[in-house]
Amino acid sequence: MSDIEQRVRKIVCEQLGANEADVKNASSFVDDLGADSLDTVELVMALEEEFDCEIPDDEAEKITTVQQAIDYVNANLK
Amino acid sequence: MSNIQLLNGQIALVTGASRGIGAAIAAELGQQGATVIGTATSASGAESIQSNFKQAGIKGVGMALDVNDITQVEFVLKEIAAQFGDISILVNNAGITRDTLLMRMSDEDWDAVISTNLKSVFRMSQAVLRPMMKARTGRIISISSVVGHMGNAGQTNYAAAKAGMSGFTKSLASEVGSRNITVNCVAPGFIETDMTAELPETIKTKMLERVPLGRLGNVKEIASTVAFLASPNAAYISGETIHVNGGMYMA
Repeated sequence: MSDIEQRVRKIVCEQLGANEADVKNASSFVDDLGADSLDTVELVMALEEEFDCEIPDDEAEKITTVQQAIDYVNANLK
Repeated sequence: MSNIQLLNGQIALVTGASRGIGAAIAAELGQQGATVIGTATSASGAESIQSNFKQAGIKGVGMALDVNDITQVEFVLKEIAAQFGDISILVNNAGITRDTLLMRMSDEDWDAVISTNLKSVFRMSQAVLRPMMKARTGRIISISSVVGHMGNAGQTNYAAAKAGMSGFTKSLASEVGSRNITVNCVAPGFIETDMTAELPETIKTKMLERVPLGRLGNVKEIASTVAFLASPNAAYISGETIHVNGGMYMA
């Protein structure tokens, strides 16, 4: 597991109060992990803080699964 | 005066705290144990807040802040975070009037009042929300007005801004309730301040005829309501407007 993947999964667990075992890369924040709209906003804010970046709203909307979050960070951070 | 320190450990930001209702709110929160940051638009206003705090033995500072200026808002919040920590109580009190009949109201009269009285509530609330959400606790209290609920000739701009606060408050209360943050308004009636001192006696007499308690309110009576909403005693009140008007308007 890459460093970025680990950090993303850790944030997802913390923010959504999910068990590590339940968080799969394919997990959808809303459908599988029970996030509401405010949770997803907080999650994006936490990712921004962790990776010291700003995720624009239209990009943030497309991040709905763990894998999409990992992909976004991989694609946008050096 | 209450000696119970219900707000120990809290960090409160009160806008427009140099005089009138805002000064009384800042003093009351401080007396109940909160660390208070009071803001005023001018540096001299900020200094007078600070010396008031010192005299009253209140922890906190005065800072200059124009709530219309987003860069100043960001700067002040950073300063507060660095000096004191995260804000747990926000009191949106700063406000202005530009009274005139609608027929004569300019765009500037409208925009200035909506921006200072309503947009500032959006801006300040948004700015303090992130740390409150993280902390899973917070209080946002906006000082509205009876005029926002009754209407008042000559104050279409002011009444619109104050009524807007109420809708904002209910909506935000719905958004952040799950994070244990409460959002409320306090709506004063006729209170003894510089704003009402300027009114002619005849108008004052007429106003008082509409107040069952037969007198103007005292700023302390607004401050104690705000302190109540800020306290753990009001933990289950959210999205509400508390009217403090001597019975002049009964919601």
